[in-house]
Amino acid sequence: MTDEDAQPAKTGKGGSAQLIRVVLPQHLRTLAQVAAEVSLEVTVPVTVRRVLDALDARYPMLRGTIRDYGTGQRRPFLRFFACEEDLSHESMDAELPRAVAEGKEPLLIIGAIAGG
Amino acid sequence: MSSVRVLVGTKKGAFVLSADGTRKDWQVSGPFFAGWEIYHVKGSAVDPNRLYASQSSGWFGQIIQRSDDGGATWAPVGNKFAYEGVPGTHQWYDGTSHPWEFKRVWHLEPSLTDADTVFAGVEDAALFKSTDGGNSWHELAGLRGEGSGCSTLAPKWQPGAGGMCLHTILLDPGNADRMYIAISAAGAFRTDDAGVNWKPINKGLVSGMMPDPAAEVGHCVHHVAMHPSRPDVLFMQKHWDVMRSDNAGDSWQEVSGNLPTDFGFAIDVHAHEPETLYVVPIKSDSEHFPPEGKLRVYRSRSGGNEWEGLTKGLPQKDCYVNVLRDAMAVDTLDECGVYFGTTGGQVYASPDAGESWAPIVRDLPAVLSVEVQTLA
Repeated sequence: MTDEDAQPAKTGKGGSAQLIRVVLPQHLRTLAQVAAEVSLEVTVPVTVRRVLDALDARYPMLRGTIRDYGTGQRRPFLRFFACEEDLSHESMDAELPRAVAEGKEPLLIIGAIAGG
Repeated sequence: MSSVRVLVGTKKGAFVLSADGTRKDWQVSGPFFAGWEIYHVKGSAVDPNRLYASQSSGWFGQIIQRSDDGGATWAPVGNKFAYEGVPGTHQWYDGTSHPWEFKRVWHLEPSLTDADTVFAGVEDAALFKSTDGGNSWHELAGLRGEGSGCSTLAPKWQPGAGGMCLHTILLDPGNADRMYIAISAAGAFRTDDAGVNWKPINKGLVSGMMPDPAAEVGHCVHHVAMHPSRPDVLFMQKHWDVMRSDNAGDSWQEVSGNLPTDFGFAIDVHAHEPETLYVVPIKSDSEHFPPEGKLRVYRSRSGGNEWEGLTKGLPQKDCYVNVLRDAMAVDTLDECGVYFGTTGGQVYASPDAGESWAPIVRDLPAVLSVEVQTLA
């Protein structure tokens, strides 16, 4: 990540956007055929909802895998972390930490440890 | 020379087992979608290279995969299964009302006439249809909803131990408007107008665990099978009891006969003999393994009642696996092949209509479903 990458970019509709880093769990990387971390252009203010909307738009095969189609809510066995904070229970419309919004830190989407 | 392709869904991925018509030497490919539960994989009768797979996970929900090259490569298609209107409620295990919630796709049934049309049976029970190769899905809501004979019955449906799943979809090859479905634990249903209206077809079923053992709905039907040449004749493995209907489900008679136990999940019909049936008796609803630790397929050549145990090549001691409802299938070669998978990860094949058996594979993850394609 360079400083240039972290600068807000202009979106097609004229609003400012930011390049956000997202780390996906292994099964979703396989499904979307991507590496561990993806970069997404997200309009500001950067929220979990906007990041997930951008993720769904860029990788349609991930729709419904992080948020339940019926409720729109985070799937119960998934959690969101950033900057060593658990954001899973924050509003999806809350602004993400500045380091995430500036692309310096990734938003981590993590599968709950529910094995044996 | 003809060949066969066995499509296996397991708790941790899908596998494709291939052999020529002798069915002796097998190639195993997979796992596909490793780590995911694959409830069902089935190919189109119109285009055998078109396969559909139900891929699901407690973490990530439902994915539908499609292959256009016989399973060599796959691509995810649509996975939005939205109930029509307000989903309403059904009975929970304790009799209280519980909201309808989509959980997973149990069964995918490709159309007999169009490779892009496919039906999906889901939990919580409903029937969906896609006409664009799985890219989008819409509910055939008459099964649960208003304008149907079932609208007052659906709130009485309740989940079986495996969930409230629509697990069986049978398409009538001679009548595109007629299809049958079955739900645990609601029973069997039929439509005669391509899914607009449905009627319960459970007369003659008796389920001792229900307050009214002969109620119109509430029966735990495990699986239903049909021979394509006689679509009015249905065979059912119920929670307990093996049943038969000769009038498209309007009434049923028990044909358990001399089975060692009439509990079980799987049932299928010989490809060329419409009166030859196969079941795998399981000890009981709490002991999901073969009686006496002996894995036996039972065959009836008389449409039920008289059954013979088939054991050659199957373990006859210390076997405590289960054979799930969608885990038995037949091929259509001249000498009908019969296949089934176990929760112990074996897939057994009989190239001689059940006379003898051999494992194709022994150590897969627990097998959830088995389908067979007979290829020219």
